[in-house]
Amino acid sequence: MADSAQVVREQDPVRSVLRADGSLAGDPRRALGLTPEGFVDLYRKMVSIRRADQEALNLQRQGELGLWGQFLGQEAAHVGATMALEPTDWIFPSYREFGMAMCRGIDPATMLTVFRGLTHGAWDPRKFHFAPLAIPVATQVPHAVGFAMGSRLEGSGEVVLVTFGDGATSAGDWHEAMNFAGVFKAPVIFLCQNNYWAISVPLPRQTAGRIADRAAGYGFPGIRIDGNDVLAVFAATRAAAERARRGDGPYLIEAQTYRMGAHTSSDDPTRYRTAAELEAWSSKDPIARYERWLRAEGLLDQAGVDGIGKEAESTAEKMRTRLREAPAPDPGKAMFDRVYSRPSPGFQQEREEFESSLESPG
Amino acid sequence: MARQTVIEAIRQAMDEEMERDPSVFVIGEDVGRRGGVFLATDGLHKKYGEMRVIDSPLAESCIVGVAIGAAVNGMRPIAEIQFADFIAPAMNQIIEEAARFCYRTAGDFNLPMVIRAPWGGGVHGALYHSQSIEATFSHIPGLKVVAPGTPADARGLLKSAVRDPDPVLYLEHKRTYRLIRGEVPDGDGLVPIGKADVKREGKDLSLIAYGLMLQYCLEAAEKLAQDGVSAEVLDLRTIKPMDEAAVIATAKKTGKVLVVHEDNRFAGIAGEVIAVIMEHAFDSLDAPVMRLTAPDVPAMPFNHVLEEAFMPNVDKILAKARELAAY
Repeated sequence: MADSAQVVREQDPVRSVLRADGSLAGDPRRALGLTPEGFVDLYRKMVSIRRADQEALNLQRQGELGLWGQFLGQEAAHVGATMALEPTDWIFPSYREFGMAMCRGIDPATMLTVFRGLTHGAWDPRKFHFAPLAIPVATQVPHAVGFAMGSRLEGSGEVVLVTFGDGATSAGDWHEAMNFAGVFKAPVIFLCQNNYWAISVPLPRQTAGRIADRAAGYGFPGIRIDGNDVLAVFAATRAAAERARRGDGPYLIEAQTYRMGAHTSSDDPTRYRTAAELEAWSSKDPIARYERWLRAEGLLDQAGVDGIGKEAESTAEKMRTRLREAPAPDPGKAMFDRVYSRPSPGFQQEREEFESSLESPG
Repeated sequence: MARQTVIEAIRQAMDEEMERDPSVFVIGEDVGRRGGVFLATDGLHKKYGEMRVIDSPLAESCIVGVAIGAAVNGMRPIAEIQFADFIAPAMNQIIEEAARFCYRTAGDFNLPMVIRAPWGGGVHGALYHSQSIEATFSHIPGLKVVAPGTPADARGLLKSAVRDPDPVLYLEHKRTYRLIRGEVPDGDGLVPIGKADVKREGKDLSLIAYGLMLQYCLEAAEKLAQDGVSAEVLDLRTIKPMDEAAVIATAKKTGKVLVVHEDNRFAGIAGEVIAVIMEHAFDSLDAPVMRLTAPDVPAMPFNHVLEEAFMPNVDKILAKARELAAY
């Protein structure tokens, strides 16, 4: 294992770099290979995606979006994992990885057009090395393995990160993909964002064992880390990526975190969980504790915090404006354009009939 | 020109495409050293190695899922489902992912992949080695479904499927594998997806079929000719997108149409063919369009009597065609 993994190895069973109070349990400065600007950038990105996430929820409440699935509380996992990869490495998300997409440079307003119901697809996966959101649970996990097999065939050296929740680990596709990756030593990082809740079903009802332990059954290592610790996520992901790039195969990271918001804007979590539980997790907030450490280290001061807050505000505002300006799509184009790359004559004719049926009968 | 069986033509198509394009690879159960349970990939493992002829763990959903991921990476996977009857575990990946992947993207993205599945009865395969799946998958937007019936079409359509930018379900009828022998052209011999083929010209009535039933229809047409009935035989070759123009043309030409398939009747391909004829060739019809299909029961036990009873065959086609001719 690379140096960086030592940082998260020191504490078991849940490995963290930052303690809840913001003090340090290791020496990430040396091991993670991050510059002072690099450390601050992790903070900047967490603040930015949290603000955009809140804005998206506001937009949903205002009727501007059909649905929103908040990732509040999971910012460390989004930012730590994405920033630990090379930009050429691929990410296969589930449906809550808006923060990861922002870190990859996908325009947040464009991405929200999906949740505004204007399109099914807002970006070219090959341009951002970011696969489409996967709504059916765990279907993206074998895709990541297949992509990684392709990387090996091509000898491209690209590593693939696939992320999913604790609920997905109950699905057959998850098992089949983990098994396949183990057999073929595919260069894949399996990142479980264990946020404790799969809609209303809590972790103990999802699985009786520890998720990280399951990797052993597939013949590769697994690690359970503090998923609200951006440095732990960064360290574990970087170590797993280095390992995969060396040809040593897959790695399972169970990042323990907590879904602070509802499953989606259609869900009411007060029906199944307590305020006390929420409060306990608030004290482990990934941004607050990291900010305390950055300040203590002299990497960030009040002016820096204010500046980053303003930037995030401005990003959210631009996102809102641009989203509202997004034109209503032409139905024929929105629905027929991307079903086939090469539409057949019959399909084209169906499109024409569909489009003319929408024209006013006069 | 060479004479080949269907299975030889399929093997040659894969070999040629793998030779031509290093991004083409095969993945499936027992496709490696074993060469596939029907020997479709015989010799490919030795020639291209285990990274391009991948023996997968026994998990159909993962075979298709891995193929999807590889296609996202710019590869051109050929995923083999050992028997069409075992495709059900992969339905989520085929329907919700492969067929909808391009739809969920923007820009220049596409998903080139082929899923091969041996289908159909007549080989004493019993319930779980005899089923027909074409109607189920033809209903899914985003998928193309082809079902060749001759060696030349088997090779040409498989090569076209590998080169197609979108997911293609390639159905190979296992009874035809070694039963049907025919001329396969030199050169690429590509057969376009979406084009039907008149396999026998006729003027009194039309038989429309694909796969094994094409062969039976050709045999029936030969016998009908002895009765003085001139039967045209249209091979759909591609089920989706269906060559509607060819269906309409033959219906207008003969005015009498019998559609034959081995899949179950309800919501089967015959229903779609008949709808196209009713919409576009109603005025040319001299008789109600007829269909001959398997009954709406889930395939059959392997006893010869039961298998014969379940499947359409030359005699059943002849009886139905004579009824149509006399109308």
